[in-house]
Amino acid sequence: MTGLRRMFVYLARYWAPSLGAFLSLLVVNAGNLVSPRLLGQLIDDGIVPLQMAVVWQVALWLVLIAVGRGVFNFLQGYLAEAASQGVAFELRNEIFTKLQTLSFSYHDRSQTGKLMTRMTSDVELVRSFIGNGLIQLISAIILLIGTLVILFSMNWALTIILLLMFPAIGYIFVLFVKNIMPMSKEVQQKLGVLNTVLQENLAGMRIVKAFARETYESERFYGRNLELLDANIKLIRLFATFFPLIFMISNLGVVAVLAFGGWQVIEATLTLGQLVAFIGYLNYLLMPIFMLGMLGAMLSRAEASAQRLFEVLDAESEVHDRPGALELPPVNGRVEFENVSFRYIGAESDVVSELSFNAEPGQTIAILGQTGAGKSSIINLIPRFYDVTGGAVKIDGHDVREVTLDSLRRQIGIVLQETTLFSGSIRENIAYGRPDATLDEVIAAAKAAQAHDFISEQPDGYETVVGERGVGLSGGQKQRIAIARALLLDPRILIMDDSTSAVDAETEYKIQQALDELMQGRTSFVIAQRISTVRSADKILVLEQGKLVAEGTHHELMQTSELYVEILETQFDDHAEIVAAVEEG
Amino acid sequence: MMHGGMMRQIAEKEEEKARNTSLVAWRLIRLLKPYWRMVAFSLGLVLVSASMQGLGPYLIGLAIDRFITGSDLPGLLWTSAALAATFIVGMFATRFQIYSMSLATQKLLADLRRSVFEKVQALDLKYVESKQAGDLMSRLVNDIEAINNFVSQSLIQMISAMFALVGIMVAMFLLDWRLALASLSVVPLMFLMTKFFSGLARRAFRKTRTTIGDVSAEMEEQVSGVKVAQAFNRTEVNVRQFSERNAANRNANVSANAVTSAFGPAMEVLATISTALVAALGGYLAILGLVTVGTVVAFIQYVQNFFRPIATVSQMWTLAQSAFAAAERVFELLDTAQTIEDAPDARALPRIEGRVQFEGVSFGYDDKRMVLKDVSLDAAPGQTIALVGPTGAGKTTAIGLLTRFYEVASGAIRIDGHDLRAVTQNSLRSQMGMVTQDPFLFSGSIMDNIRYGKLDASDEEVVAAAKAANAHGFIERLPEGYQTEVGERGGMLSQGQRQLIAIARAVLADPRILILDEATASIDTRTEKLIQSALNTLLKGRTSFVIAHRLSTVRNADQVLVIDDGQIVELGAHADLLAQNGLYAELYNRQFYTPPEEAGTAA
Repeated sequence: MTGLRRMFVYLARYWAPSLGAFLSLLVVNAGNLVSPRLLGQLIDDGIVPLQMAVVWQVALWLVLIAVGRGVFNFLQGYLAEAASQGVAFELRNEIFTKLQTLSFSYHDRSQTGKLMTRMTSDVELVRSFIGNGLIQLISAIILLIGTLVILFSMNWALTIILLLMFPAIGYIFVLFVKNIMPMSKEVQQKLGVLNTVLQENLAGMRIVKAFARETYESERFYGRNLELLDANIKLIRLFATFFPLIFMISNLGVVAVLAFGGWQVIEATLTLGQLVAFIGYLNYLLMPIFMLGMLGAMLSRAEASAQRLFEVLDAESEVHDRPGALELPPVNGRVEFENVSFRYIGAESDVVSELSFNAEPGQTIAILGQTGAGKSSIINLIPRFYDVTGGAVKIDGHDVREVTLDSLRRQIGIVLQETTLFSGSIRENIAYGRPDATLDEVIAAAKAAQAHDFISEQPDGYETVVGERGVGLSGGQKQRIAIARALLLDPRILIMDDSTSAVDAETEYKIQQALDELMQGRTSFVIAQRISTVRSADKILVLEQGKLVAEGTHHELMQTSELYVEILETQFDDHAEIVAAVEEG
Repeated sequence: MMHGGMMRQIAEKEEEKARNTSLVAWRLIRLLKPYWRMVAFSLGLVLVSASMQGLGPYLIGLAIDRFITGSDLPGLLWTSAALAATFIVGMFATRFQIYSMSLATQKLLADLRRSVFEKVQALDLKYVESKQAGDLMSRLVNDIEAINNFVSQSLIQMISAMFALVGIMVAMFLLDWRLALASLSVVPLMFLMTKFFSGLARRAFRKTRTTIGDVSAEMEEQVSGVKVAQAFNRTEVNVRQFSERNAANRNANVSANAVTSAFGPAMEVLATISTALVAALGGYLAILGLVTVGTVVAFIQYVQNFFRPIATVSQMWTLAQSAFAAAERVFELLDTAQTIEDAPDARALPRIEGRVQFEGVSFGYDDKRMVLKDVSLDAAPGQTIALVGPTGAGKTTAIGLLTRFYEVASGAIRIDGHDLRAVTQNSLRSQMGMVTQDPFLFSGSIMDNIRYGKLDASDEEVVAAAKAANAHGFIERLPEGYQTEVGERGGMLSQGQRQLIAIARAVLADPRILILDEATASIDTRTEKLIQSALNTLLKGRTSFVIAHRLSTVRNADQVLVIDDGQIVELGAHADLLAQNGLYAELYNRQFYTPPEEAGTAA
């Protein structure tokens, strides 16, 4: 229970509403415990001796108590919600903050879907357990003890008869809870499988139809459907058996009390009113037992959720500011790799090994290599998304690990291969790295990125909302916004993954122009996919399996590196012959 | 507590009503027809268990009045025995009532799922694509689940609650009409209160839904975009923004909960007022000698049992309404007309030689706008036809017509002289093979996925196909080889590898006509070469239609079809078209060629 115990820290921050909810619940319970007694009094002192005054009095008390109980019930519900929502709020905030700061290697290993589950269902489970479950648990125990004390004081013999049914109910309940979990899990799993078949048939409809596989798919579906039906029936049998059984046993308890208590009334050792009150208290015995059972089942799930949440909250970021890290002063843009080696966490071999090169301020460095040669790793090491495992990356002579992340990344502009836009206006997206930029600055950046024209054509211009819930932009348009976003930062160092997704030729040309503009006068690192980029680069790094195998300009490499020529011919398939033709002519 | 939870359940659902509730209900009931015996048995048992519920308090009252007050111990014991018997009978009745009803409804659901699936299978692509698969999917899943929730949980409770209500009411009026009226006097107030609170709660919970939606959306976006956020030093701003939304959600929840927290106590107060009324009136009548003490005690029990079914029914009613709305949507889907059906006299298409003719074919997704206009072409057996043109020109539509995913609006498509509409879809498509741009893999092993092309293929045949498709090498290198599970949409394989598997699937199918949409996404060099040579094997000896993105494909094609705005604007071999210097030459130059002078200097 370590996970839940640690959650108390969060609940403690909301101690006032928690305490209030708890105290209110005590009052409600007291009210509950008084009511059956009042009913007994009504009969014994009012109806049987025909005392109308007492009848009125008791009826009035019943209503008054109900009102008081109502008020405190409300307070209890309200305060418990306030406390538990507070806990959920803090948890979500802390998880979000944590996720924002965890380094790339953490995010490489985690899946968005799973993190979303943490944030929603795990937080919700912990919240409802901490906020409601816990208070209910304590209250159930108090109610149970209180009822037993009252019953014993009323009539110990009847109470003992009542208690006889407890082991039976408890046993059945435990059996039920034990069975229900795996069974409902099975139903969920079967439903998931069935839905996958449906989903695949919708998403892959062309394939299903093209291969005329409708019958095959139907049979697959029917089989799964029957499996689901079987699992459902098993679950139903469980429900249909247990609940009526438990209610029957508790009703038989009523019968026992009636018979035995009735005999006592005949013997005049018990009054009729007490007997009625006694039967009334039975409800208050059963309710806490049910609740304890439910909470027991909930407890293990809440604990599992709490532990998953702490897994995220306790995760260490591999990359963080060193104590006493200095601000990186405005740089000129000289980048050095000194014997750099790098491997991903858990990987068996280096992605980059003993790599050294220099980039002078303002140079464009093109990086070439087969998939998996280590191209992305190199550009990720410069803004310190990962830490090198050997050697050092230096900017203007400063080791990137010696300076603060903030000051380092502020001076580096990045255009990633996958263009991520956030929900918000186009303006906000361009100003993403500099939220305080003026509209004029944003427009200037957009113009330089060849994005101004299509932005102006959008319904609301720069205020057009994009992202998941906004206007859909084409791949090429998104890419140009990403370029504008990097341009606005006016970074000294630029990192770019220009692998192109499918865009039409005209867009392609515009992106090219935007990129050229972007690279002007900055130290740029480009994972090159375009022949033009390679040709105009000041230096080309040719990588093979994490090692630098050739370095030079296009003309030099054409003469000296076979691998370079091979890569050009294969990766730049369509251009290869043109290049060759140009070289020959 | 109980009432609060109920209000929450009501409010958390968006209010939705079926347009024609009785019609939907009737159709649902009709689906139960095969299982009417189970239903009838269950309903019979409901009567039994409801009368047992009515009998219980009556017997208790009897015991008190007659035997305890009358000091008749044997009578008391007999009554107790009868009471115990009542409860035992009630238990069995309830058990079998729940069981047989659930059995019937679960079978109904399985039938419904099956019909839905059959329908989805038969639906036209035009319909599915216009709805977006994901949307349709989540709607189907949620709707069936809503129906399930209703029939498996609420329906039985609702029916038995109604019976219990009637039973208790009958018993109360039989015992004493004055006390019965007193007990019922608060019911109208309860309904008014429920209506008032559910209006409030619904509004409040709508806000919690939108705010939690905001929180999740923000979270999802920022987690998937976290690398950009860190690259642009945005984390602090993001945290602040998130915290604002998070707080809005917290506040919305707390105020929504205030409504539901108030509802429960309010109902309880009303119920207690009713109890107090019965006690006061009962006491008064008992003093006057008009009722017995036992009657009053029995009434107090009735009143306490009375409000549970009321709560149940009103709660279930909301669930019932959303279930009906869901059922209506499902029925709507089931009623969707199928536009492409085999003609009544359709014959099986004999083995295809491979001649394909389009004769003045026009087609539009809606009647107003034609996507293809008067397209004609003639492909000889074994030819490779490359389709080239700007995005949206109608290339995908043209091949969709050839597989008869869509029906031509006018004109005709003939294979070996047979009009597509005169042959069965199954005989047509079983002779075609398709490799799509984004290769679709089903969950299951690689073996299963390749075998999809020919279900009765032996393992050796599958391996042979994989070899021909150049896929054998990488499959062998996977830890579990051909048994590797590819998971949902083949996530763990690279795009290129999935492409190779899709090609192997088509190789195994050994189709007479091949349709190929070349991938545009960047694939690493080695795989690209493998794919290229696999495709060359696949294209050999079959009539093939290729939406071309590769230079080599268009150069090797027998005919290049240049489509623009739904029309064939140019037709011929690569070299001829280039010489024409028309749209093809322009596309070719833009797509495959960058003048070296421009490179680097263009600004």
